[in-house]
Amino acid sequence: MKPGIWPVVAILTVAAPAAAAAGLFNPSTFTLDNGMQVVVVENHRAPVVAHWVWYKVGTADSPVGKSGLPHYLEHLMFKGTEKIPPGEFSKIVARLGGNDNAMTSYDFTAYFQMIARDRLETVMEMEADRMVNLRITEEESVTERDVILEERRSRVDNEPASLLGERLAAVQYLNHPYRLPVIGWFHEIESFTREDALAFYRTWYAPNNAILVVVGDITAEDLKPLAERTYGRIPARPVPPRERLKEPPQASERVVELRHERVRQPSVTISYLAPSYNTEGGERAYALEVLAELFGSGTTSRLYRALVVDKGLAAGAGAFYRGSSLDQTTFRIYATPRPGVTLEEVETALDEEIAKLLAGEITEEEVARVKKRMLAEATYARDSLSGVARIFGVALTTGQTVEDVEAWPERIEAVTVEEVRAAAREVLKPERSVRGRLLPPMREARK
Amino acid sequence: MRVSDHARTILLTLALGGLLVNLPDRPARAAEVEEVVTPLGIRAYLLREPAIPFVSLAFYFEGGAAQDPEGRDGLSNMAAGLLDEGAGPYDSKAFRSALEDNAIRLSFDADRDGFSGELKTLNDTREFAFELLRLALTEPRFDEEPVERIRGQILADLRRRETDPDYRAARAWFARAFAGHPYARPTRGTPETVAAITREDLRRFVAGRLARGNLHIGVAGDITAEELIPLLDATFGALPAEPRLAPIPPVEPETRGVIVERMEIPQSVVVFGHAGIPRDDPDYYAAYVANYILGGGGFSSRLTEEIREKRGLVYSVYSYLYDARLSPLWLGSLATRNETVGEAIALVRAELERMAKGEIGPEDVADAKTYLTGSFPLRLTSNDRIARTLVAMSYQGLGRDYLEKRNGYIEAVTLDDVRRVAKRLFARETLFSVVGDPEGLEARTE
Repeated sequence: MKPGIWPVVAILTVAAPAAAAAGLFNPSTFTLDNGMQVVVVENHRAPVVAHWVWYKVGTADSPVGKSGLPHYLEHLMFKGTEKIPPGEFSKIVARLGGNDNAMTSYDFTAYFQMIARDRLETVMEMEADRMVNLRITEEESVTERDVILEERRSRVDNEPASLLGERLAAVQYLNHPYRLPVIGWFHEIESFTREDALAFYRTWYAPNNAILVVVGDITAEDLKPLAERTYGRIPARPVPPRERLKEPPQASERVVELRHERVRQPSVTISYLAPSYNTEGGERAYALEVLAELFGSGTTSRLYRALVVDKGLAAGAGAFYRGSSLDQTTFRIYATPRPGVTLEEVETALDEEIAKLLAGEITEEEVARVKKRMLAEATYARDSLSGVARIFGVALTTGQTVEDVEAWPERIEAVTVEEVRAAAREVLKPERSVRGRLLPPMREARK
Repeated sequence: MRVSDHARTILLTLALGGLLVNLPDRPARAAEVEEVVTPLGIRAYLLREPAIPFVSLAFYFEGGAAQDPEGRDGLSNMAAGLLDEGAGPYDSKAFRSALEDNAIRLSFDADRDGFSGELKTLNDTREFAFELLRLALTEPRFDEEPVERIRGQILADLRRRETDPDYRAARAWFARAFAGHPYARPTRGTPETVAAITREDLRRFVAGRLARGNLHIGVAGDITAEELIPLLDATFGALPAEPRLAPIPPVEPETRGVIVERMEIPQSVVVFGHAGIPRDDPDYYAAYVANYILGGGGFSSRLTEEIREKRGLVYSVYSYLYDARLSPLWLGSLATRNETVGEAIALVRAELERMAKGEIGPEDVADAKTYLTGSFPLRLTSNDRIARTLVAMSYQGLGRDYLEKRNGYIEAVTLDDVRRVAKRLFARETLFSVVGDPEGLEARTE
């Protein structure tokens, strides 16, 4: 891990790898008396564990006018408690020989440590402690706000592609809070106060709104007493339901163009509103995963073959979809032209490939081929302790169950070519889409 | 995560960044690293891990971008993009399908000092995966379509980097520090040099660079030495015995002054550094501890404490030892709004000065040692990372038993060692390279 990237914002790409396979993870689960759910996946290759606590709250639950507040709180969670002196949390973990970090996304906030098995209980005590005993000074809250503004400058304001990405989301969702940047709008970050963060903390941080995931050299039997002695001592308390603004029907195709002085390499992204595992139409999610894979994943995908190899128009092209999202997610298609080719030419070719999908030109053979590959790749997912922890944490904070994760291979296996065709027709609708173009300034475009 | 010009090249350094610990209740690793030697004399380090039915192989040929011929900068990088784009009887489409349909992952990469690759395969497809690797290394086709396609991708990437402040800051640092030496050249080349690369250049690259004599191999996963040996001979046995590498002299970086490249962005990126310490220097581990205290230790580091935690000037600031073969370096980076660049640089200088004066306490060293020894097993939890670590052990000449011994090397470091090395390491002139619109900061050469 690159030192210096600490409390981190997870933007889009932080989703679990789609890969998870039945009988591969073999998780054990139990629930503490206070309602905190616990998942254990054993992996005994080294005397090490990945210890993650996931809260079912994220940027999409930000108070109005305070976009990114959950991420601000995530940073402040490293400040201290009655027991942990200010700024000491990560230093103590380091002195225990561990690594720690945290991440925020739309639907979750997660904290983790990688640590030797025999020091697990200590970090569990620390994590449980800061679930309810956080202390923040006024000075810390102001300084950390500046840190987040620098983080925003690094991740977004210095990056034209990120600026476009923010605007694409803001236009894709007319009403639902997935329209907000995960890190928050600059001017709203500037308005954050210590009281904002603490009020949010007191509203959402409770054992009954949290999930413990431990992957590594431990059994559920051994973990349970540790969990009871630490998290189990925190009383449950009422947490509000996650009631978010609902998205109205989408009826118009949108285009967002960002012209920026620093763009040398244009690109286009088409984003379609799509069901997630957890929403109405969620039974299509597995077919959409197969669709994204065959259409735009890797160098043998249709898009890459057509635009990059056969027509030689694009430097890159692909598609991306993930079903793990509490509310409606997006199916995205992107391409970037080769030098000397206009974006218009690439878009025309892209639209032709989309039209083929809509015409049902998908074969059983290619569906079978990508399904086989997706299932084979799932084996690799077992190799990373934190990767496995993320798969379960993301699933359980976005409306899925442990059984859903374990059933993933069977559900992918069961996807038929007809379902993939139907998923393409239902989702790839212009009136539910935004087309985002990243372009150089006008004068350069005329060259 | 951002990848700047040099970031990819430090993978080997990072792989060896921590240490193995003998944890109180159990040995850190039950399994032992084996040194496999094949009938054809090919050597590899193997760590067997039967839990999951796949294997990760990593390899590294000495001789990287610094060996690229004059006017052909970026040749190694372009070859890395093309070896898996068609070989032997398989054209590009057939080769890519063979990989992707079987969930075989094969990739190549180039840094200043070497040319690396990784192969990952399920047990079911193991023989075939190694055969594809053999073809890629010995019979790459370099057909016109993939050559032009990959060239186009590299050119598009270089265009994008033209306005990437991280890339530009690192580029400017290396161009100034190593002016006149191959280390000054961009590892990915320039639009002009990449346009000039021919298929003949690529063939010469394969014939001259990929040999048994400069090869290092690490393997981790569900495979025994007996199973691995014939695969290694079949895969690497046909390579020539020795590479044809140009002699390149070691070099001292020139690290005086401040570079400012103006770019209208809200936040400036700053890359800084000076000479480091050779990997085989007896004081290397003391230097490693010293850098942890200064800028390697995340929230435990002085740079993060002073610049981020106390003042909120940055999101990220860090430093590291970059074990470049011909010029070991100490490098760092930060990004801050244009108004505070001068303040952030002054703080870096102040912390360097404290280190150089030996202002280091016993608790600093003790904390660094507990982290560095305790955290190493965390890095040995996936086959990919283990394979990379094994390759680095071979390349750096650390020996088969390094994983067991490394903890002792760190434990042996004393407070006096760290102070002595910090004086030597951090008293050096530091070159700062700034890209952005910093206020009140001017370029200077002295």
